[in-house]
Amino acid sequence: MSQYQVIIGLEVHVELKTATKLFCGCSAAFGGDPNTHTCPVCLGMPGVLPVINQEAIRLAVRSALALNCTVRAVSKFDRKQYFYPDLPKAYQISQYDQPLGEYGWVTIRGADDAAKKIGVRRVHVEEDAGKLNHLGQRLGDATGSLVDLNRAGVPLIEIVSEPDLRSAEEARLYLTELRAVLSYLDVSDLRMEEGSMRCDANVSLRPEGFAGSLEDLPRVEIKNVNSIRNVQRGIEYEVIRQTELLAAGERIVKETRGFDDATGKTYSQRSKEEANDYRYFPEPDLPPLVLDPQWIADMKRGLPALPDAIRADLVGRGIPEKDAEVLVLDREAYEYWREATALFQDERLVTNWMLSDLSRLINARGESFANSGVRPEGLVELLGLIQAGTLSGRMAKEVLEAMFESGQTASQVVKDKGLSQITDAGAIQSIVDQVLHDNPAVVQDFLSGKEKALAFMVGQVMKQTRGQAKPDLVNQLLRDSIQKNYAASQD
Amino acid sequence: MASKPLWTYEAHTLHDLFCEGAVSAEEIVTSHLARIRAVDASVGAFLYVDEAGAVAEARRQDQWSAAERRERPLSGVPVAVKDNIVTQGMPTTAGSKILGEFVSPYDATVVVKLKQAGAVIIGKTNLDEFAMGSSTEHSALAETRNPWDLSRVPGGSSGGSAAAVAAQLVPLALGSDTGGSIRQPSSYCGIVGMKPTYGRVSRYGLIAFASSLDQIGPMARSIRDARLLYHVIQGADRHDSTALSSAGDRTVSGGPWRIGVPREYFGEGMDAGVRRLTEAALERLRGMGHALVEISLPHTSYAIATYYLIAPAEASSNLSRFDGVRYGMRAEGRDLLTMYEKTRDEGFGAEVKRRILLGTHALSAGYYDAYYLTAQKVRTLIRQDFDKAFQEVDFIVTPTTPDVAFRRGERDDDPIKMYLGDVYTVTANLAGIPGLSMPAGVADGLPVGLQWLAPGLADTALFDAAATLEPQMEPMVWPMGVEA
Ligand SMILES: [Zn+2]
Repeated sequence: MSQYQVIIGLEVHVELKTATKLFCGCSAAFGGDPNTHTCPVCLGMPGVLPVINQEAIRLAVRSALALNCTVRAVSKFDRKQYFYPDLPKAYQISQYDQPLGEYGWVTIRGADDAAKKIGVRRVHVEEDAGKLNHLGQRLGDATGSLVDLNRAGVPLIEIVSEPDLRSAEEARLYLTELRAVLSYLDVSDLRMEEGSMRCDANVSLRPEGFAGSLEDLPRVEIKNVNSIRNVQRGIEYEVIRQTELLAAGERIVKETRGFDDATGKTYSQRSKEEANDYRYFPEPDLPPLVLDPQWIADMKRGLPALPDAIRADLVGRGIPEKDAEVLVLDREAYEYWREATALFQDERLVTNWMLSDLSRLINARGESFANSGVRPEGLVELLGLIQAGTLSGRMAKEVLEAMFESGQTASQVVKDKGLSQITDAGAIQSIVDQVLHDNPAVVQDFLSGKEKALAFMVGQVMKQTRGQAKPDLVNQLLRDSIQKNYAASQD
Repeated sequence: MASKPLWTYEAHTLHDLFCEGAVSAEEIVTSHLARIRAVDASVGAFLYVDEAGAVAEARRQDQWSAAERRERPLSGVPVAVKDNIVTQGMPTTAGSKILGEFVSPYDATVVVKLKQAGAVIIGKTNLDEFAMGSSTEHSALAETRNPWDLSRVPGGSSGGSAAAVAAQLVPLALGSDTGGSIRQPSSYCGIVGMKPTYGRVSRYGLIAFASSLDQIGPMARSIRDARLLYHVIQGADRHDSTALSSAGDRTVSGGPWRIGVPREYFGEGMDAGVRRLTEAALERLRGMGHALVEISLPHTSYAIATYYLIAPAEASSNLSRFDGVRYGMRAEGRDLLTMYEKTRDEGFGAEVKRRILLGTHALSAGYYDAYYLTAQKVRTLIRQDFDKAFQEVDFIVTPTTPDVAFRRGERDDDPIKMYLGDVYTVTANLAGIPGLSMPAGVADGLPVGLQWLAPGLADTALFDAAATLEPQMEPMVWPMGVEA
């Protein structure tokens, strides 16, 4: 059986976070009652003309630069033409042969930790289409369709990768990294479930020894998948499907396929052989987009720290790579971390608490690091109490939970619950004496060399102090007392 | 009180009379409405007359002080608007069935400017469907006749506006010009019509035919009036990225000028009367001390072919929005595709369909380079012809059309002949330069137009230049007895 190499290219659409649409003054906000964010321009009324939103261009340039693209000083807009009720003018204003940005890349790191550059062929600006709401159960038996043009004209960038990805896992890594990069730019909400980030995946198999152009391989496009996980699943399924077809001696049909979340399978939507000729031509209503090279250079200089740099910085500070990765990929977590570590020196301790207990509590409550009730200064106060020995680790977990519940500060919780760790040897000594007196056999075990016996006694003391005794101190007091009172009598 | 009927006056005179308080706006408006009632049944210039709205606006203006009247350069003046320019509160049809009962939710920028200038908008004028045609016979809604001879066409596509001005139904009208649609009907109807430099008048609210060629412009019975209207409507617009302010306007010296006479515009197929009156006008210019310079615009012979690729290509795209989904007429179909097909089949007329097919083909994969791209390259050559010519001469003067108004129905079966009639006008659209048609006289009872072309952005200079010739010409005697 012949071997195939998996060839994947991704097209990602990202809605830009502008106040207004790309060519008119309507709100670009998500949602709203149908057709309330509309005007003659985005409704495609007779006689209207587009006027470019400069903020959208700024965000698009920022994105292109962050993806290492070369930004054209002169680019132009073109009309992509097809009829569909969600496209009011029957053409989409997009960029065809002179995209805003080209020749970029995204670096991904697989399990083997080897860095791989994935080419970004182009980043271009275009307008979004509206939305159809079908009346009835399925499109096939819909009794009618209602058009909502709130989204029509919202600015998008389309980011087209080179066909450099070789597995579903690489596709996942690319999308994750791409989303992380964009998240640091404040250009988009990047919510795949709301459609502010959408992905189409092109999948083909290259037979071993095939020397022709990748463009000549029959390519299957998986359209509009709504999560990174599902892009990965769709590609995995598609690779198996195509491999089996080829093994059975069949031909791969160039087509567009959808992805069914429930079954994990892709299904045929339309054959590309009957696909549209989009009849692109230059948009005569918009002059060429001319950008000052100095402005582009300034924009590049003004980019914030991006994942690659942040990752290197964190690892350089001794944060384990795995933890650094988690922080980098979640901009809110990273910013939380930055605020916390600005107030607290022990960065490892901050990292550990954030990525274990704090994460768990935030997730359980459906919050995020950005809107969590426990702010970085609250966490830092708690960590301070641990460091000072006022709270044990276990007590601190309890306090953190209470902070979430009550919204109180760590010290308020400690005070209210009387949770402060007992660090006074005198206060613990009598309990230690009692435990030793009550467990002579265990004491003998310890004296005969069973270290575990001590742990049992520590546990007994902790139990009687309701966990407030400082474990190190209890340990020390037990050893000292046994040494003084029991070991001596044995001599 | 004036001795002649008010409808015979030019716009600037009406405005002055109104400002002086000699006549009321209501008197001006009702006089024109009466003229429309008397004459338009036979001319057919208007698709819609807003009698009530016009009278109400006139009465409102009658409350204004003299200063308020003076502040607004068109106060008291009735104006007609070509029906491919959208207006709130009046239907807009583009001469097509596909728009159905459409009323625009917004005013075109030029309409906003007219209203701000105090113009009283009387109604909407007929046109070839979507401005595609040279006779107004391609209107799906009404017939418009030439006031000089009712058996003849008024020209097109702004034939309704031209006929309205020539029949003295209004002193001023707006037209649009994509390949000659202001200048050719102005020539056929003996009036002044001007196509501005591309961009000098906002296109926002003009139902697009060919976006890179379309311009709105003034039509009037004198250069002074045309210029007045031009100055009201021109200027940059935040709704139109291609619109330009007067900041970049070019001036031309006060003369004497070097006037270019392109030999390609005096070839075969020119009507004898047109040739005679054009040459007479050129002689007058020479007599005024200007130098006539024979020039060459070598790519002129490609202009028609170039125009009939670019304009339909853009039109095929611009007219796609008429799909029955959001506004206008909708033919019911069992599914989406059938609805699209039936709506567009029933909604568009034959000439529009012809151009949509031509344009769609020119943009299709595999043909784009050979047709559209090549046409754009030739367009650049045509533009360079003019750039070169205007290094030598200040203005170019030509006939506006090779012929006079033809008989209705005469060119029904010969679209190519109709297209060839645009030969002298399309070049200005392709080059983006301003062009003006003024009456050169009347031959055998039919007016002949003289065309002036100027460098891009020399619009004001163009008016100035043509205005110096106007008093040298025989005064026009407007056709009065147009009642059938
Ligand atoms: Zn809008």
